[in-house]
Amino acid sequence: MSLRYEAIVVGAGPAGITAAYELARRGRDVLLLERGPYPGSKNVMGGILYTYPLREIIPGFWEKAPLERPILEQRYMLLDDDGHLAFAFRDPSWADPPNAFSVLRAKFDQWYAAQAVAQGALLINETTATEVIVNDGRVVGVRVDRPEGEVFADVVILADGANSLLAKQLGFHKEWHPEEVALAVMEVLSLSKDKIEARFNVGDGEGVSIEMLGEATLGLPGMAWLYTNKESLSIGVGVTLSSLREARMKPYELLERLKSHPTVARLIEGGKPEEYLAHLIPEGGYRAIPKLAGHGVLVAGDAAQFVNAVHREGSNFAILSGKLAAEIVDEALKLGDTSENVLIRYRDLIMQGVIGSDLKKYADTIPLIEKNPLYLKHYSPRLHGAVRELFTVDGVPKKEKQKRMIEHLTAERGKLGAARDVWRLGRAIW
Amino acid sequence: MASKIEEKLYLTRFQAAEQSHLTVIDHDICLTKCEEKWCTHFCPTDVYRWEGTRMHVGYEGCVECGSCRIGCPYGNIHWVYPEGGKGVVYRLA
Ligand SMILES: Cc1cc2nc3c(=O)[nH]c(=O)nc-3n(C[C@H](O)[C@H](O)[C@H](O)COP(=O)(O)OP(=O)(O)OC[C@H]3O[C@@H](n4cnc5c(N)ncnc54)[C@H](O)[C@@H]3O)c2cc1C
Ligand code: SF4
Ligand code: SF4
Repeated sequence: MSLRYEAIVVGAGPAGITAAYELARRGRDVLLLERGPYPGSKNVMGGILYTYPLREIIPGFWEKAPLERPILEQRYMLLDDDGHLAFAFRDPSWADPPNAFSVLRAKFDQWYAAQAVAQGALLINETTATEVIVNDGRVVGVRVDRPEGEVFADVVILADGANSLLAKQLGFHKEWHPEEVALAVMEVLSLSKDKIEARFNVGDGEGVSIEMLGEATLGLPGMAWLYTNKESLSIGVGVTLSSLREARMKPYELLERLKSHPTVARLIEGGKPEEYLAHLIPEGGYRAIPKLAGHGVLVAGDAAQFVNAVHREGSNFAILSGKLAAEIVDEALKLGDTSENVLIRYRDLIMQGVIGSDLKKYADTIPLIEKNPLYLKHYSPRLHGAVRELFTVDGVPKKEKQKRMIEHLTAERGKLGAARDVWRLGRAIW
Repeated sequence: MASKIEEKLYLTRFQAAEQSHLTVIDHDICLTKCEEKWCTHFCPTDVYRWEGTRMHVGYEGCVECGSCRIGCPYGNIHWVYPEGGKGVVYRLA
């Protein structure tokens, strides 16, 4: 390993690999550092990978990449104690061009990193960047836990994921608050291809994603999911760390309860646990975005809190931000000026683009739900009760049923209170 | 539930480091201030076990999620990554 590069990228997740790929493609001398034995060995995702924006970097990547199933149907389920209320959307046009795939990150990240290496990036695994080296107020390199000790570059891109200890060292963020992160636990269950396709009602190789709310998280702010892979299922649940702490729950207890819910138990029956995983998801959103650029340094991906929790979009934002970071770094290197004055353009591109726009749009959603646990605790069973009222045929006239439904939904909160709740939630989500 | 988490962890691969990357800074705070012993609840792999007067840290089973660093209300956990190549090694997702 030489000791000087044009750019050092810390972290071989989607953000860092993309940045390294894009810089290497432009002929830049770039070092990609990964602390795990291989890219993906530390990484966890549900995971649904949208084909945008990776398809603009590697057109038709799905022909070559190790992916699981194209997602042709999205289901949403509000779990009650032992039943559910569901919504599903299927569109065969999602097959071509594909909209999204389920992925297993250990395989995918290794493949993607190999593409960056093929472009000329140098990937060094088993190496933790322990500290950012700052000289005269500018970042000049990183300290690593290897005999070489220190490596230097004109620019360092911090793509070190949700914990982002390095951006914290620089004071770009203090420390995440427990309400700004979700702790997610998950299991991969092996199940035969035939069983998956019959049980989820899909054709050869096709896939479904299911997001679950309500009892799925015991009413805690968060989400549960069940995704189909080629010959396995990924099932998990994530809730804000603050609410989990408050509930004094063990995250794996949440997972076990989810797995034993009658609706879920039938879908995963016979699935053999293969791996148990846990990871944080940054969910602080717009207000938690840290400082993104400094002299000689940029922050991308989860390290910058680029996750839209409402739409489970994180890996795509990681890829997009890694791409934008590489563009700006390349420009700065051309100018021979990697000061904050030039690199700050990255922040503008992020904020003016889809990442800034979407995070801004949902800025209030998570805080609203976090501060008003009623939304999940109170309304999801109520909604279930109201729908049961509607669909149960028992001689009660529909007019009376509608009245009862309204009563169900507004019980305790009152009509006005309920109307206000719905209005506020509507504004936060839509 | 204890057996449940042991079964789960049996599935997850680790490359154990010789030294702990997790350090409880002041055991007295756990003893005298933190009645709830919060970290023993939310850690996804039960790394923290209260042993009456002292917190036992089974760092070998840590999956490096970071929750204890953020979730300890007293900021009482010094948290770094294990040495490069060590710690949890996910094979799948
Ligand atoms: C349970 C779960 C489910 C999710 N589901 C989805 C989903 O369905 N769809 C979706 O789009 N997103 C999902 N996400 C979010 C998505 O996984 C992340 O947004 C995405 O992985 C972020 O990519 P990244 O490159 O920024 O960070 P990461 O993928 O976390 O990569 C960071 C990398 O940096 C390395 N690293 C960290 N510190 C250092 C250091 N100091 N030195 C060297 N290396 C270091 C790590 O080992 C890691 O490889 C999910 C997340 C979780 C936890
Ligand atoms: S949460 Fe913090 S203070 Fe409380 S027992 Fe754990 S380490 Fe000690
Ligand atoms: S980092 Fe996560 S897994 Fe490791 S000890 Fe802390 S809470 Fe437990």
